[in-house]
Amino acid sequence: MNYNWNWSIFFEPAPGGTGTYFNMLLSGLWLTIQTGVFAWIIALVFGSIIGVLRTLPSKTAYWVGFAYVEFFRNMPLLVQLFLWFFVLPELVPRSWGLWLKQLPNAPFYTAAIGVGLFMSARVAVQLAAGIASLPRGQKQAATALGLTTVQSYRYVLLPIAFRIILPPLTSEFLNTIKNTAVAITIGLIELTGQARSMQEFSFQVFEAFTAATVMYLLINIIVVTGMRFLERSLAIPGYITGK
Amino acid sequence: MKRMIGLALAAAFCAGQANAQELTGTLKNIKETGVITLGHRDSSIPFSYLDDNQKPIGYAMDICYKIVEAVKKELKLDKLEVKLTPVTSSTRIPLLANGTIDLECGSTTNNTDRQKQIAYTNTHFLTASRFVSKKSSKINSIDDLKGKSVVSTSGTTNIKQLTEANAARNLNINIIPAKDHAEAFLMVETDRAVAFVMDDILLASLVAGSKAPADYVISKDAFSKPEPYGIMLRKDDPAFKKVADAATAALYQSPEGTKIYEKWFMAKIPPKGLNLNVPIGPEQKKSFAKPSDSPDPDAYAM
Repeated sequence: MNYNWNWSIFFEPAPGGTGTYFNMLLSGLWLTIQTGVFAWIIALVFGSIIGVLRTLPSKTAYWVGFAYVEFFRNMPLLVQLFLWFFVLPELVPRSWGLWLKQLPNAPFYTAAIGVGLFMSARVAVQLAAGIASLPRGQKQAATALGLTTVQSYRYVLLPIAFRIILPPLTSEFLNTIKNTAVAITIGLIELTGQARSMQEFSFQVFEAFTAATVMYLLINIIVVTGMRFLERSLAIPGYITGK
Repeated sequence: MKRMIGLALAAAFCAGQANAQELTGTLKNIKETGVITLGHRDSSIPFSYLDDNQKPIGYAMDICYKIVEAVKKELKLDKLEVKLTPVTSSTRIPLLANGTIDLECGSTTNNTDRQKQIAYTNTHFLTASRFVSKKSSKINSIDDLKGKSVVSTSGTTNIKQLTEANAARNLNINIIPAKDHAEAFLMVETDRAVAFVMDDILLASLVAGSKAPADYVISKDAFSKPEPYGIMLRKDDPAFKKVADAATAALYQSPEGTKIYEKWFMAKIPPKGLNLNVPIGPEQKKSFAKPSDSPDPDAYAM
């Protein structure tokens, strides 16, 4: 292979006057983390609500949850971001559309909300499965004690269901972080975007993407370790997920 | 005795090597396989793009075929098979480095940083960084962009020049990076940005291919001097570069060079019958008269 390896490229100044190529990748990494965390919060909040809706006795609630999940998980993420960013502002009244388009940091908010909603459908399905895996007696006991539906979810069902689905939730958190890479399509220059810029400016393709790979690995290892600690500290001795 | 045989074998081996050394690198490869591979783009109009039969055509493709002819003559081959491989801006360097393609025929800017990785043959086009905007937004100069949202494609020299001009002139422009040219243009089309900064020739082809070409105007003001485009080949392969340089120089200096230019920039081109209408400029004329592979824009200035 006729390739000019140059690992010291990271310490050379990047065009644009914002420091070295390494700084450029770091700023991308920071944006990836911000987008990922923001999207994950949205995914957890909406996913929990929809997941619960899908397990309620009400038929309407079930159908709302069903429609939501199928809408968000059956469309490619790339297409969803494109729709939110380019198509939505054309569908709303003109003045709102103009306001949306002129929002500062529009790609960031669109990406965080878009990825968040996409991932919330997956969280919802898992939470519904977690709740369904509980023995029926739990719900019945809660009712027998005189708890309302809200109370039985809050104090009996959800605390256990969330503990059961913590390991798959870890995977979903990792997926959320990795999925933010799709946001370059709407002009969010996060880690993958910066690696692409770096390869265009310097033509050091392999160095740029190796560094980006290592950075993704590092944040994901941190997330995995953090979630392990969470699992362990929340475990209930004697119950399924506890030892 | 054993030693003697060893020496004789070594000598024979060296002699064989010396023979093969007449041809090195890409030329040797082409001679052995009888195949040359051209890398092409899919939508770099009019340099290298696909027509309605999905066949790559364009100005840079025509030039590459001239190089192929020269290689065939140089190696005295009866038959030289041409393989075509599509490349993108992300794949062109790895594919050139690992030997998948031998020439990249497209619209790649020639600059000093990039020359550390690859080599270019003689410049085939010169283009300056300008901006396109809607006529209705009445933006005539760079200063009119003050405080507005302006888009450019991330990772290009153009966005770098925009960033620099923004800082130097205190324009307070909100710079939006886009993933590729089509999406950057879409941002102007949907009013997310008032202007798109890019190589003027690419702007001309985007405008010509848009829904309402009459709605757009390309600025007179430029962010840069005309910069050279070149056809890429592997670095440290002087024999192949010599053939490519000689073939392109001969083409540019002959009337055929101007004819190929006019075919792609002054006449209707497939598939939609667009006419870019970009007459040959003084810098371009100079680069045809005195072919050069210099990355320095000043080398082409009048």
